Parts: sequence; structure tokens; C-alpha cells
Amino acid sequence: MERGYPDYMLESIELVKNTRERRLKEIPELMSLEEREAILRQYHPDYKEGTKRTVKVGVNAGEVMPNEVADLIEAYPLIDPTQIDLSMIDFDCDLLIIGAGGAGLTAALWALYSGIDVNNIMIVTKLRMGDSNSKMSQGGIQAADCEDDSPSLHYLDVLGGGHFTNDPELVKWLVREAPMIIQWHEELGVMYDKDEEGCMFVAAGGGTCRKRMHSAKDYTGMEIVRVLMDEARNLEIPVLEFNSAVELLMDDAGKVAGAVLWDMEKEDYTVARAKATLMATGGFGRLHVQGFATTNHYGATADGLVMANRVGARIIDMDSVQYHPTGSSYPEQIVGLLCTEKLRGRGSQPVNKYGEEFVYPLEPRDVESAALIRECNKGNGLITPTGMPGVWLDTPLIDILNGEGTIEKEFSAMYLKYKRFDIDMTHDPILVYPTLHFQNGGIVINERTSVVNVPGLFASGETTGGVHGKNRLMGNSILDYCVYGRRMGIYATEYVKNATVGKLNLDHVTKYTKLLENAGISKERRAPILLPEYRGERTISHALPLLG
Amino acid sequence: MQEEAEKEKMVKVYIMGREFEVPATLNIVKAFEYAGYRFIRGIGCRGGYCGACATVYRFKDDYRLNFALACQKAVEDGMYLTILPFVPAEKAKYDMNKLKPRGTVLLELYPEIARCVACNTCTKACPQELEVMDYVQAAIRGDIEEVANLSFDCIQCGLCAMRCPAEIVPYNVGQIARRLFAKYIAPKAHPTHARVDEINACVFDEELDNYIILAKEDIERLKKIYVEREIKVG
Repeated sequence: MERGYPDYMLESIELVKNTRERRLKEIPELMSLEEREAILRQYHPDYKEGTKRTVKVGVNAGEVMPNEVADLIEAYPLIDPTQIDLSMIDFDCDLLIIGAGGAGLTAALWALYSGIDVNNIMIVTKLRMGDSNSKMSQGGIQAADCEDDSPSLHYLDVLGGGHFTNDPELVKWLVREAPMIIQWHEELGVMYDKDEEGCMFVAAGGGTCRKRMHSAKDYTGMEIVRVLMDEARNLEIPVLEFNSAVELLMDDAGKVAGAVLWDMEKEDYTVARAKATLMATGGFGRLHVQGFATTNHYGATADGLVMANRVGARIIDMDSVQYHPTGSSYPEQIVGLLCTEKLRGRGSQPVNKYGEEFVYPLEPRDVESAALIRECNKGNGLITPTGMPGVWLDTPLIDILNGEGTIEKEFSAMYLKYKRFDIDMTHDPILVYPTLHFQNGGIVINERTSVVNVPGLFASGETTGGVHGKNRLMGNSILDYCVYGRRMGIYATEYVKNATVGKLNLDHVTKYTKLLENAGISKERRAPILLPEYRGERTISHALPLLG
Repeated sequence: MQEEAEKEKMVKVYIMGREFEVPATLNIVKAFEYAGYRFIRGIGCRGGYCGACATVYRFKDDYRLNFALACQKAVEDGMYLTILPFVPAEKAKYDMNKLKPRGTVLLELYPEIARCVACNTCTKACPQELEVMDYVQAAIRGDIEEVANLSFDCIQCGLCAMRCPAEIVPYNVGQIARRLFAKYIAPKAHPTHARVDEINACVFDEELDNYIILAKEDIERLKKIYVEREIKVG
């Protein structure tokens, strides 16, 4: 293989090699809680001035959010309620599940297990079934199932990682049901890494006190989601693809009662009426908060957050954004894509351009990211030909520590990703920089996944807040969509047994529009945005809707 | 100077036949967007994990057909590019609890695998560099474990199925083989099952509920417990 780095990077790699032997023995110390607090305040993007503002309208009025999120909350609806004919019901179901990623598919399967008829479920997704961040998570899923571990220790890790801002009740069910999720996955036929005796392979993650990360190589999310998809297809669960919910519907009793759907291809709308509406729309990485590159799926545009907020769902902890410490910084074609935390869990270390270590490799994510940014701000990082900063993640250490061939076996996705660009990460380190990764906060739910103060609406997964507080630990996002997706399927099914739907309306949309007008919000901004805009400037500035 | 030159380098590509100049640092997906296209089909995670953007391309004056994930392939001068919106493919329906992991099960679900002529076209089309033909052959032999392991990195893009002259859908064969292997053939995860029993017997509930109370009423004590917990990750 050629070495796909420019000369000045190869020179720096020599320095990294020179210190490798020493760094095998000398690892920087873990920070104290006070040191963590200090570095976050000084270097974490959440604390950067001028990047947030106070939202003027809705249930969250008066609260501070990143500008990119505030732009969505302070935005006009896509549809005009007077143009929507609610007397024609196109789809009528008990459960309308919005989103077909990990949370949505898990909810659908558990709704079926809970006794709902398959034809009373409908999943809608704006792209294909399975398209989600769920599928992209690499490193693993946490579950405290080893002998020297316990759900209580897992609980402490989750709260400590979240700086004790999490909803303490939600964390209990997250950790308590984790081993059961692994067991369910095994019954479904998810291929977890284990040895010949059935002993699960477990790794450490940032901020964990035990090795409890279960993995399927570095394709953990993909392996889980493709099994969920296969099972959903076996059970013939109705899935309407390329249809995006653009606004929730209410009934005359003030309950959420389905959604207006917009066909992304045919560009027409349909009305879906439901006794319960389940929000599983995922996160917001494609908002590119503060201009950061992202690890997220093309569809991660926080649509569910916007729709739920308009019917009165409170959202919390939006002021904290998760930047994953190690996104690819080079080559340009893969900038921002994830380099799993498991790489550090298996021994690789962040080092600067002089080959010096500068942080304990497994701090909680926000702290680790802040340390990488500090190092680059000091001028100790490299700058790529397209202007991206970055420090080295010394991946060859993994094979040195765990035996030759470990990377190719355990990190086959990552290995191939770099090999495509002539970089052999078993011999050379890879260049990384923090990347926008996860929506820590979101819609407020209770432990039964009911959206607080909004009857008829349920939510789970990345679109919700509280589980992770202001910082999520590795391996708890898959766990979140499994545990709370499952609970959503069970409790929504229980709810619809006695639920009715009244006459449909979109009055909340009209009211929200009035609020925006009264607040003097510019008419140009509209949401949900459904997809990010990446077309060239020339096209955007000259686009005309001539075909209507 | 060298860095500047690299930043400005442009290449000529042909998007569905139309000529565009795009920066050489882009991948195929970004090149389409730079040229003014907006994706709905043929796009997904943009990170190499979902298979939605699997595509084919040719170079000017070259007979060979090449395969790639559009989000993971740098543009090169003279590329003829397209998107593939959908792959029609038949999937067998099965009840995992009723299937038996015997040697003939894959042939029963997907009898067309017997039509494999071992031409290796599937393998050549795989953007994940999997030995697709080898796992189809293993499927014919009934070696479920081999199919599961060889197909593990499959992202179900469908290029193998589009290219197969015997009309086999290899990626669906891989899917059922992996599920059968994980459910029936691989050893059971023993620590997990014991822990689930403990949790169902409410062994940890008192401690967890105590932590919830501390989180609400005495956060400093909980922080102390957190800081003092033993860290065993070595």
C-alpha cells in the first residue's frame, strides 16, 4: 500500500513513532472533577461565546439554545393548515411510528410482541427503512453483565459522565434493562463478539469503570439494525418509505392524533390518523452546530424535535452538544466521519504533532474533545491541505498491545475506510479532530416514554433528553434506543387499548404561526428542514420552482 | 505553495452524461452536490455504513466497470458517474424460532443459490471487498458459520445481486446465515443470562433506588461515591 499522507505529515509520523515505546508505559493521569470542569469551560465548544441565543417562542421560550436549534424553533411551518384537507384520512392506525431507525424498529417489534395487530402499526420514514444514526454507531453497547460489574456501577458511570444532570429515574431503567436487551438480541440472532465458550468480548469506554462495551466488530449498530430490519420484514410490518412527517395532528380533546405526511418524491401530502404517535426521529448532527463537520446520517435534522415542540413538548439540555473527540480530519473526502472510541478502548492514544501525549485517552467525551481542541489551539496539531486541524490517534498501538491482526479483525470497517485512501492504520496513525456527534438533550419523556404534558405522544432514542444529561458516554446510545424503543412499543400499545381519536385539527400550527408573527420572526425561516442543503451556491441562488 | 495547489485542483467528471468541473478533494456524493444536485435516492448515512450510495462508474476510454460507495470514493478526472436508486431483490420470510440450523436450510430458503456458476462477478462488485462468491459457495455446502463470518461486513448495498448472472441475492443469504449462527450455533452468552436472572429477582433495585434518592437529595454524596468507585478497565 502507498502511504496516503503528504510529506509534512509523514515527517510528523516519524516523531510519533519515536515516542511510541515510552508511551506504552507512561499514560497521562485521569483528570479530577475540578480539572474536567475547568477544561470544559475554557475549551469545549458549548462554552464558546456568541454561539447560542434565547428562544423567543413556544414552551421553551426564555431558554438558551445553540443558534442552529433556535433557528428551527423560531421557524414557520412548512404547511399552511388551510391547504390541508383533514376530512380525507389516507392512513388510519393505532400506532404511527415516525422514524425507522433503531428506536422506531424496536418499538414496532415490541408493540407486536405486546399484542397489537400488525396492520394497526405504520412506520413512516423520510428515507429508507433503517436509515439512521443507529446504523452508524460502531463501538458498542454497554450492558453490565460481567461478574465484577453491576447495573449500579453502570448507573454511577452514566450520571458521572453526564455531570449529574441526567434524569435519575430514566437512567435506572437504562442500566437495569441493558443485559435483557443483549439477551433479546441473542434470541433474534445478533452476532455479538464472543469467544468459543460464549464469553462476551467487552471493552472499556471513556468514563466507564468496567469493561462493559459489547460489540459486533466495529459494525455494532449496523449489525443490530439489519437484524431488526430483517425481522420487521419477516413480520410484514407496514413501512412507508420516502415519506416525512411534517406536522403532528391534534384531535378536539387535545391529544396528538397522527401526522401530516409529505411524500419526498411525489411531493404531495397524506393524512395519517393514529391513536398514539411515536416519535423516533433521531438527532440533529446535520444542523452542523458551530460549523462542525458531523458523523451523522444525512437525515439527522431534528424534525421530531420541531414537530413535538409545536404541540407543547418541552425540550431540555439542548445547550449541550456532543462532539466526538475523534472524527476523521484527513483525508478531506471523509472529514468528520467517526473513528470509534473503541480504538482508544483497545489502546490507541491521542498524540500531538511532536509525538507527545497530552490527555488520558478515555476521559468522558466532552472532556476528551476539549483536550484535543486545546492542543490544536496551542499550535500542537497539524493543519491539513484543506485547512482542517487535527492531532494523531496512534492506532498502531492497538496491534502492539493486543497482537498483530487485531485492527483488521476488530476494526474492519475503520481499516477499510482508511485503506480506500491508501492509509494503513496498522502502521501509521490517523489524523483526528472533534466532530459533531450526538444530541445529548431533547424531548422530555417519563420512564414510560410518554412525552410529558402531551397526551397521545410518545418518544424515544436520540430525539429525547434526560437519559444522558449533558454528556453521553460511549455505548449508551444504542442502549438508549433499545431500552426506550422497547418501552415505547410496550407502553404505547397499552395506551391505545383504551384510547380514542376525536376530530382532527391543525389549530396548534395556526397558533404557532401567530406567535412567530407577534415575535417578529422573519418569514424566510421554515422548519422542519427534512434534509440539509449542500448544493453549490450557484444552484441555490438561482433555483426556481417552475414545475410547481 | 504545495498546499495551495492541492486546494484548488479541479477534475472533470460526467454526472449522468453531463460534464462538470469539481474540486479533486470531493467524494462522489459531494461532487454531485457541488454540481447542484440534491439527493433523495442513492444517499444514506454518508459514512460508509448503509449501502444506499453504492454505485458504478467508468472512466473515459476504458471498458471496465468500477464499483464504489459514492460517499467513500474520491472523484478522479474523467469519471462517468451515476446513482442507483433501488435494488429489487426477493427476501425469504421465516420464523427464526421454527428454523433449524441444519445444512440444507439456506438452500431451502434460497434454492437459486444452486445456480451459482462461480464466476466471481459478485466478489468483484463488492465495495466492502468481501469474498461474496466464497460465501455463496459455503451456503450451497451448508456451512452456516462460514457464510456468517465471510458476509459479516456486508452493508447490503445490493451490487452483488445486480451483477449476479444466476440471479442470486447473496446479501439476503448472508443475513439469514448470520442470524442462524448467532441464535443457534454460537455458544450462549453465559454471564448475560445469569445477570438477567439477578435483575429479574430485583437484586440491584435497592442500591439503584438509593442512588436515585441521592441524585435528588444529596448530590455531593453521590459524587463522592462516583469518584471513589474502583476503576478496573486494565
